[in-house]
Amino acid sequence: MLSLNELWFILVAILFIGFFFLEGFDFGVGMSTRFLAKNDMERRVLINSIGPFWDANEVWLLTAGGAMFAAFPNWYATMFSGYYTPLVVLLLALIGRGVAFEFRGKVENTRWKSTWDLAIFLGSLLPPFLLGVVFSGMLKGLPIDGDMEMKAGLFDMVNLYTLVGGITVVVLCLVHGLLFTSLRTTGSLRDRARKLAHKLLIPLAALFVVFGVMTFFQTDAFEVRALPLTLIAVVGLGAFLLAGWFIVKQRDGWAFGMTGTLIALSIASVFISLFPRVMVSSISEAYSLTIHNAASGPYSLKIMTIAALTLLPFVLGYQIWSYFVFHKRINEKEHLEY
Amino acid sequence: MDPVMLARIQFAATTIFHFFFVPLSIGLVLLIAIMETMYVRKGKEIYKRMAKFWGKLFLINFAVGVVTGILQEFQFGMNWSDYSRFVGDVFGAPLAVEALFAFFMESTFIGLWIFGWDRLSKRVHLLSIWLVSIGTIASAFWILAANSFMQRPVGFEINNGRAEMNDFFALISNGQLWVEFPHTVLGAFATGAFMITGISAYKLMKRQDVDFFKKSFTIAIVVGLVASLGTALYGHQQAQYLVETQPMKMAAAEGLWGKSGDPAPWTVYAHIDPKTGENSFEIKIPYLLSFLSYSEFSGEVKGMNELQAEYEQTYGPGDYIPPVRTTFWSFRIMVAAGSLMIVLGMYGAYLAWRKKLERPNKWYYRMMMWAISLPFIANTAGWIMTEIGRQPWTVFGYMRTEDSISPSVTAGQILFSLIAFTAIYAVLAAVMVYLFVKVIKKGPYAENTSDDEQSADPYGKEGYHAIS
Repeated sequence: MLSLNELWFILVAILFIGFFFLEGFDFGVGMSTRFLAKNDMERRVLINSIGPFWDANEVWLLTAGGAMFAAFPNWYATMFSGYYTPLVVLLLALIGRGVAFEFRGKVENTRWKSTWDLAIFLGSLLPPFLLGVVFSGMLKGLPIDGDMEMKAGLFDMVNLYTLVGGITVVVLCLVHGLLFTSLRTTGSLRDRARKLAHKLLIPLAALFVVFGVMTFFQTDAFEVRALPLTLIAVVGLGAFLLAGWFIVKQRDGWAFGMTGTLIALSIASVFISLFPRVMVSSISEAYSLTIHNAASGPYSLKIMTIAALTLLPFVLGYQIWSYFVFHKRINEKEHLEY
Repeated sequence: MDPVMLARIQFAATTIFHFFFVPLSIGLVLLIAIMETMYVRKGKEIYKRMAKFWGKLFLINFAVGVVTGILQEFQFGMNWSDYSRFVGDVFGAPLAVEALFAFFMESTFIGLWIFGWDRLSKRVHLLSIWLVSIGTIASAFWILAANSFMQRPVGFEINNGRAEMNDFFALISNGQLWVEFPHTVLGAFATGAFMITGISAYKLMKRQDVDFFKKSFTIAIVVGLVASLGTALYGHQQAQYLVETQPMKMAAAEGLWGKSGDPAPWTVYAHIDPKTGENSFEIKIPYLLSFLSYSEFSGEVKGMNELQAEYEQTYGPGDYIPPVRTTFWSFRIMVAAGSLMIVLGMYGAYLAWRKKLERPNKWYYRMMMWAISLPFIANTAGWIMTEIGRQPWTVFGYMRTEDSISPSVTAGQILFSLIAFTAIYAVLAAVMVYLFVKVIKKGPYAENTSDDEQSADPYGKEGYHAIS
């Protein structure tokens, strides 16, 4: 039987997978406004393609944070206080990006727009990068002491391994976003998005390989989870090849599904490697936070399980419905809100 | 500098700023939902236009509220990790439910509302805005459930040095929550209402789109008056609850050092000297404090010196008196602002009822424009009183503020983030005011052109300029 601690570990993992899958594409679209759009019109089409969704996608991150706070308070406390400075930058990026969507179209002035467009670009680029750095750091291990306090210096957080992790997440989100664009737009914008996604597959593959090899040597992931990680790598390779094939065959929906699968597999592999730990201590194995020493009491977990299992079906229901409502492709003739 | 002080300043600054936008969002979306309901029921275009026009202001405001809210959730872990460890078991649950139940609903249906005018049926579109409204109110409920736990901890036991929940129902039936939630939400309704009446008053004074703003004013003034009265009523309830559960906060809010005597008078003005523990000058109204505390014209209220002695017995040596001047004056500012809102609301409702809104009423309209600030002043002062008055506790009776901080975060880091957030918030505030003024100046009928844009050929020269 699954213990409640294990169940909540899985739920947190699912929330992060949901977040990277969903907000992953709107981060990608946000990044691509910089170089894919040829004029203001196309930029507006891109932004409007994620208009109805990005806010709800971001709530997946908030919910993941809330779930960590409630189910694993020590994980939440150690991670959020330990990663103080990267999280400040993450928040600044998300704040700037969120208001930029709302503000950019309100004034007809080139400088006004280009300022907020920069906020959208940086606000879409920095969060996946920083989260990639944070997650790979958690995998590699951080100086966490016996009081569960993480006292990490700059190079504990930012090193070659975590940088590769951050860049991999950025490129993955970008390809995912480009395929979302090819799915939601028409004409030349659609073609360019598809072409660029195709071009980026090779660098993405290279990043995955480098990150995988570094993970093998720099973390204990393959020692503790050799079989599942190998399986994930094989399935991932399949998804990767299929993504390429679907892009060539112009099956945008399927291609998008494949990059989504890659995201889900990547995040899942991080959590699988961590389990049953939630944060690896580089000082001593004994100081690592686990799903037991970081967790809330059984009563609290039970209450939250009931709440989550009651509410999640509704949440999924209306979110899927909202994608159905806005399933039509966006073009310039559309009413563009932003 | 002291990291505790810096973290407190950051919490105060970011929370107060966030709480400019949240009540306004809650209030505006309720009024927009009412307006759109009238549109669906009566079928008159003017109500649709009302929902759209006020909706523009709502969306600008909502965006700032949402993004400043992300920081609120992260801040507990970042600056107050020992607090998070101690209460996460209890405090985290309402936050998680807030995200699951409220944030998802708000964010999904706001997207459907903004982009769904032409894609959803009238009724489903109307349902969307009501679900956004319910989402904002539910969000307030869950965050206040968490806050009420800090004011009056219930439904838990201490195990291994941390609070563990043992009764979720106690958490959501907390007496504190059921005075704090109606008080706060009704105050939020009033905030939205006074924004709309204030702007409408300005337009009526300028005689622009008179019919539109007369109707807006009428709907909003009714909501504003009822909500202000309700806020005051629940404020009274809350004060009485405070006398029972957090007498020190109440004594500080009264500037009451010694015993009040029976019946207790209410202090209107006092020269407070926290060093000597005395007030050098006071103006008092007889009987009133007894009435505020017990709804009777008799009864004694305990003073701070007596409570300090009691608390030292219970919790050990220490200073249990909160910053008295701040608590005292924030309480009075809140009450004064609220009272003014009631008076202005009554007169406005009278004007609307007598159909006198079109007559030149310059002084009243001008006052209503200024009155936009009243609910913001009251909201802010109310929170300052609630949070400052709880000091030195974060969780009343269990955890002190100085013990709540993140041990691994340095003062330098907090200072850096404080400066960064303050700077970005200052920019947001300026931009928001600028956009509000711009939208208001354009008026409700200016956006007509945006509908025409759709039919324009975007690749034609004219069409391109119309859209870009």
